[in-house]
Amino acid sequence: MTETLSGQSPAGRFFDPLDFLARYGTVIALALLLVFNLIFTRNFATLQTLNVNLTQVCTIVIVAVGMTMVIGTGGIDLSVGSIMAISGALAPMIFLGTIVPVGNIYLWVAAAILIAVGAATLLGLFNGWLVAYFRIQPIVATLVLFIAGRGIAQVLTNGNLQVFRVPEFQWIGLGRPLGIPVQVIIMMAIVLLAAWCLRRTVFGRSILATGGNERAAELAGIPVNRVKLAVYAISGFCAGIAGLVVVAINSASDANLVGLGMELDAIAAVAVGGTLLSGGKATIIGTLLGALTIQLVRYTLLANGVPDAAALVVKAAIIVLAVWLQQQGRAR
Amino acid sequence: MKRKLDARILIGTYGVVLALALLIAFGWWRYENFLGLFNVMSVLRYNSMFALVALGMCFVIMTGGIDLSVGSTAALGSVAAALASPYGILPGAAAGIGVGAVVGALNGLLVTRLNIMPFIATLATMLAASGSALLLANNQSVSVSYESGFTSLGQGNLWVLPIPALIAAGAYIIGSIVLNYTSAGRTILAIGGNEEASRLMGLRTDAIKFFTYLASGGLAGLAGVILAAQFGAGQPIEGVGWELFAIAAVVVGGTLLTGGVGSVGTTLAGVLLLGILFNVLNFENGMGWISLSAYWQSVIRGAFLLVVVIIQARLMTSRRAAL
Repeated sequence: MTETLSGQSPAGRFFDPLDFLARYGTVIALALLLVFNLIFTRNFATLQTLNVNLTQVCTIVIVAVGMTMVIGTGGIDLSVGSIMAISGALAPMIFLGTIVPVGNIYLWVAAAILIAVGAATLLGLFNGWLVAYFRIQPIVATLVLFIAGRGIAQVLTNGNLQVFRVPEFQWIGLGRPLGIPVQVIIMMAIVLLAAWCLRRTVFGRSILATGGNERAAELAGIPVNRVKLAVYAISGFCAGIAGLVVVAINSASDANLVGLGMELDAIAAVAVGGTLLSGGKATIIGTLLGALTIQLVRYTLLANGVPDAAALVVKAAIIVLAVWLQQQGRAR
Repeated sequence: MKRKLDARILIGTYGVVLALALLIAFGWWRYENFLGLFNVMSVLRYNSMFALVALGMCFVIMTGGIDLSVGSTAALGSVAAALASPYGILPGAAAGIGVGAVVGALNGLLVTRLNIMPFIATLATMLAASGSALLLANNQSVSVSYESGFTSLGQGNLWVLPIPALIAAGAYIIGSIVLNYTSAGRTILAIGGNEEASRLMGLRTDAIKFFTYLASGGLAGLAGVILAAQFGAGQPIEGVGWELFAIAAVVVGGTLLTGGVGSVGTTLAGVLLLGILFNVLNFENGMGWISLSAYWQSVIRGAFLLVVVIIQARLMTSRRAAL
């Protein structure tokens, strides 16, 4: 089982096509999709296509990064969508002056971002607390906030749509320094930071060790409980940021809709990316590729006139195929 | 020492029944028409769909699996039932249950043949079922035929008892018999307790697991039939979040998500508890002392789930420590 930590397969075997597919399937699929689109989809190789796809995928990627870390410890976080709704509801309440009348707009926007993301992180910590100290199964523990969280966001806003025109805040969703959307920069920063963290830091190794064999990790002196607290807090943090990006893009916050179904999109991206759902093996770059693949499949189908509903069925098939291939690769 | 342990297990399992009794007593004491015929029957009518979904979920969870697809399977079932409703009650019901069983069979094959984790397999079929429902319904709700009598499955009464509640009650009785008095039921619990050991003992683990997913899909389809009959239309986008509500009800009912322990009766109590909580909230609003919007119901349900799982966790750890 050393391979789970080092990410290497037993060397010295003959070339195994299934193992190869399991390893590089996502990259190959992505490449094939790109080639297909370049040939068949009109106006594919444009900056606009790139921007559309990146802006649509980036909230999923941001959430999926936190999810990857949680899943790396053998957990799961169902509450991300609801946490997005809370963060997306809180921020406008602050910079629109619903709570305290607005003074300096920059100050209030900064406070809104800090408080919304802070609240999301605290909710993540709460999940971690339930998982680590009460030993509640992650599915159940995060189910609590999945159910209650959206309700909290709706109660906060009374279920009303909050519409706003605050360019200082909307810059997160609409700004384009050097022609690159701000949310894409945020996404890349989070992805790179998390990938580095998972590969090169003691904390990252502790995550995988906890997911690989919790008991052994504990005996080896890894602070398992604190690792768990941290990954759920990170997941909450990522969801908080994603919630802000969504409302900034929409110039409106609807507690009923922000982040709806996000937990499943994120989990699908993580699974397609090659992270083991049972924990112990995780890859952030894989998650990014997984999210991109799912997004590109959907885009390809839509751009070629296939209805969105059929795209859902195809997405389902891809998830199953990807996970099955990875298992075949591992079984050898 | 042993008797004390038993008491703990008893509280863990039947605490939900006690809580349900307390909640009903509270409602009876506080609100005039709480136990009136109309209110009781409408609570039963409305919650029968969730009860059916939770029953299937309970069986799957007892084997240590999970079924995320039940919500969109119910939506798909409601669309299929609505489309078949002009041909009569039975074809309508058969169509709904049939497509549900197909989704369930697919889940069962993915889990047992391809060895895909239940969480991912049923997540995928959830998307697929949702997409199929939208395709089948052409992205809109499909109204049912009122001439064929199909709506009686959701709106009709037998004497004073709502037909959907009777259907749900029948399903629970069958479920209870299967779990407690058949070898299949014992095998389900054995698989959840230790799958490898069960397999080595020669139990037909794969066949039984397949059967639980099949049953869960069929029951979700049946819930969809009732949904269509109750609201007069097949609803391709209904059922969002049903799976998690069902899981919550099963957990509140004392069934462990790791499998191996569970009860059909307490699952029903869990469904009723979550349903009546909402009903009490409505009554409380009607009294005029407080005015909690409908949004509070999910907050309260979540808080309630939190209390239950913390108590369960405490009971479990003290049990483990005692053993």
